[in-house]
Amino acid sequence: MASTTLTLDTINPKVLECEYAVRGEIVILAQRLQEELKNNPNAHPFDEILYCNIGNPQSLGQQPITFFREVLALCDHPALLDKLKHGAYLERASEILHQIPGRATGAYSHSQGIKGLRDKIAAGIEARDGYPADPNDIFLTDGASPAVHTMMQLLIRSKNDGILCPIPQYPLYSASLLSMEALFLNGIKALNISYSFPMVPYYLNEAAGWGLEIAELKNQLETAKSKGLMTFSNDLNISMLPLKVLAENNQKQIVDFCKDEGLVLLADEVYQENIYVPDKQFQSFKKVARSMGYGEKDISLVSFQSVSKGYYGECGKRGGYMEVTGFSPEIREQIYKLASVNLCSNISGQILASLVMNPPKVGDESYESYLAEKDAILSSLARRAKGRRAMYLFPNIDLPKRAIEAAKAVNTAPDAFYARRLLNATGIVFLALALDRFPEHGISGAQYYPKRTKYQPLFPVSPSSTKDSWMNSVTDGSAIVYHRLLELKF
Amino acid sequence: MSSKSLDYENLNENVKKCQYAVRGELYLRASELQKEGKKIIFTNVGNPHALGQKPLTFPREVVALCQAPFLLDDPNVGLVFPADAIARAKHYLSMTSGGLGAYSDSRGLPGIRKKVAEFIERRDGYPSDPELIFLTGGASIGVIQILNTIIRGAHDGILVPVPQYPLYSATISLLGGSLVPYYLEETANWGLDIGNLRQSVTQARSQGTTVRAMVVINPGNPTGQCLSEANLKEVLKFCYENNLVLLGDEVYQQNIYQDERPFISARKVLMNMGPPISKEVQLVSFHTVSKGYWGECGQRGGYFEMTNISPQTVEEIYKVSSISLSPNVSGQIFMGLMVSPPKLGDISYERYVRESKGILESLRRRARIMTDGFNSCRNVVCNFTEGAMYSFPQIRLPPKAIEAAKSAGKVADVFYCLKLLEATGISTVPGSGFGQKEGVFHLRTTILPAEEDMPAIMASFKKFNDEFMEQYEDKGGYSRM
Repeated sequence: MASTTLTLDTINPKVLECEYAVRGEIVILAQRLQEELKNNPNAHPFDEILYCNIGNPQSLGQQPITFFREVLALCDHPALLDKLKHGAYLERASEILHQIPGRATGAYSHSQGIKGLRDKIAAGIEARDGYPADPNDIFLTDGASPAVHTMMQLLIRSKNDGILCPIPQYPLYSASLLSMEALFLNGIKALNISYSFPMVPYYLNEAAGWGLEIAELKNQLETAKSKGLMTFSNDLNISMLPLKVLAENNQKQIVDFCKDEGLVLLADEVYQENIYVPDKQFQSFKKVARSMGYGEKDISLVSFQSVSKGYYGECGKRGGYMEVTGFSPEIREQIYKLASVNLCSNISGQILASLVMNPPKVGDESYESYLAEKDAILSSLARRAKGRRAMYLFPNIDLPKRAIEAAKAVNTAPDAFYARRLLNATGIVFLALALDRFPEHGISGAQYYPKRTKYQPLFPVSPSSTKDSWMNSVTDGSAIVYHRLLELKF
Repeated sequence: MSSKSLDYENLNENVKKCQYAVRGELYLRASELQKEGKKIIFTNVGNPHALGQKPLTFPREVVALCQAPFLLDDPNVGLVFPADAIARAKHYLSMTSGGLGAYSDSRGLPGIRKKVAEFIERRDGYPSDPELIFLTGGASIGVIQILNTIIRGAHDGILVPVPQYPLYSATISLLGGSLVPYYLEETANWGLDIGNLRQSVTQARSQGTTVRAMVVINPGNPTGQCLSEANLKEVLKFCYENNLVLLGDEVYQQNIYQDERPFISARKVLMNMGPPISKEVQLVSFHTVSKGYWGECGQRGGYFEMTNISPQTVEEIYKVSSISLSPNVSGQIFMGLMVSPPKLGDISYERYVRESKGILESLRRRARIMTDGFNSCRNVVCNFTEGAMYSFPQIRLPPKAIEAAKSAGKVADVFYCLKLLEATGISTVPGSGFGQKEGVFHLRTTILPAEEDMPAIMASFKKFNDEFMEQYEDKGGYSRM
């Protein structure tokens, strides 16, 4: 008897429906082109594929912070403590090892993460916000995404539970298909399918610089309720830090909205250290809520942080946490229970999260060199961002009418059409804006933004000496890219 | 706060149903007592380094160099690190796209997957395809991903051994599927009986369940039994006849404490059986760096290997993996090192072998000490720990003890284990957390406490147990005379 139990016909249909969190069409094409180049270097009019779509800075040459890695190496191999010359990293490593029972970095830890490290993180949060943080509110995770998954599992009971999501995501998110943003970009769709909840989009106002308007939020919420969606479990609020730091006023409105409507606020704050503009400052949602006088009884808030972004860019280490406040003890128990099934997150990532939230300070022996490295990375990013935007550029390319028509003719969104052409011509991979992501909500991006003729690819900036000249030329003008495209004869 | 906020009432039901006793009530109570200053011996989870087992030196040297590649440029690096560790670090770093801090492919670094395939081929004598091997952040993540692919709804059943490691029951609950238990035979050294299997499947089907897959934990957890080749053949034949995907949890394959039944992988047995079975039965095999003699639980490194799964389905599983983004790169390197350890002739070989053998031989001795120790206790019967890391003694609780438990509002073995904890500081996991036959009680402990501490621990247990039994047996039952 044929035993083909697990086939496309019998696989969990939710898996089939979900999109790749990692590989969009453009990336698949790019990987194919890369293979072709390997076999025949002359196959294409470019020498290499430049992956500018992903927030994976260390793969493009960004260096990790030396102090962090020194400490991590010592924690991996404490025998080195006696073998390395004196330095502040020895003290920090010793301190960390002392907090780990038996100095055993290879042991499963407490399911929320090592207590001593959570203490340090809580202290870091308090220093940042000016409001106390409880180490028992912190759950260390393998990057921010498992933390998001945990919250999804708790919140989504059925198709009647919805999540409010901002559209479009692109100005708000990194172009990273491999970051937590993937979750809130492609991946939230995957989670959407996995957990079968309706995503309720709320549209940002382009004319107001992609501002969030509470009226729009309220409107979408009411519409969804009228369609029979019973309970909204939460408002997914993605920090707009990469391109636009949320105005405090906006944040206050969001907090009030969630409090009034009984929504859980999920705040992705992984970009808190990616601000390059001197007059802007990161304000955590917890800080804003507390400054409004709201405490644990007033608002349920989950704040996510990761070691993958910032100036540290440690994607491959998988470190992060969520800080959970404003939930009952029974819910806290359930969160703990879910965390315990996977026992704990990787210890090295936990240590790194504690370093990120509690880096060398003024007066510390390692401070000068740490600061120099941090500043170099941040100013390099800022240079490329020309001081206006954070980690990403978006040259403004007006697509010719014929291009838009050509795209329509092949049933492709204009920007995806552009991105594909660009890749084939230049080997550059960047994310296409995709406003049509949620057609099932009855309104396509193209319809909502009918006058949209611009192409604004999200260009993540990576400081990398080897890619310098190329990056500089591009920052100088989308014009160069645009002209190349014209050469392709639209 | 609005009543619409997340509270216990409106919580996802599947989450409520999900239980994971390994870090449940006993562990939480033990942690409380520890905070109060009581000395606790945690034997609730297979966590060797937490109980004093030292990490193997070679992998730690290599990974430390990968963490801090600037050390490789240090003129004195050769004085501190052996040359083979240095070479390995460079080799692994060259596999990455940017060191430990860059995301890898969601399936793991191709170079490491290739090493895993080579390991499997050496072990089993059959070729293995790296494209069918996905690295994961620990084996548990892989199990969750595969079950997520299989379970469509409440009517899909997964055969799970009883007793089982509660990752399976917890995950099946969370995913909304059905757990179809098949009972292992305690009197036959926790053997797997095909009759029991057939019965379980028949019963499940009569209730409208579509049985989709079968979990086999070999060596077993918590039971430790090592399956014979004959047993595995029966299982594979059974899966073939019933259209089941076999999920081979083989994370304890290095932990073998008897010589009659060395480890043989499900894949090897499957391939040995030849076509059509070898080409038809779908198999997913799981492994980890957390167990064995490596015990690197905190690194979160694992993999699964797929056999006879179609390319399109593999693509879909890739999609599921991609939601977890990328397994941590350090963990991947640990896996790469585990499957390709120092070889004869390498500088670090002798030290590696000495450290590994030391751990394994000690585990073997401890398995024996613990089994014998439990068997010397009143009303306790314990099968020998053939493999894995646990001892799972049966505690024959007298009726009065069971009544007392009821009055206290506790499951009988939870009651016993709490008393054990309070009296001795030994933190175990009650058998009810793993599943057992009605009215039969066990507890699970690990064989991991240091060898020199074992006699004292067993003596402490015996004292508590025998006094407990005296207290709850009918007067005149137990006598020390």
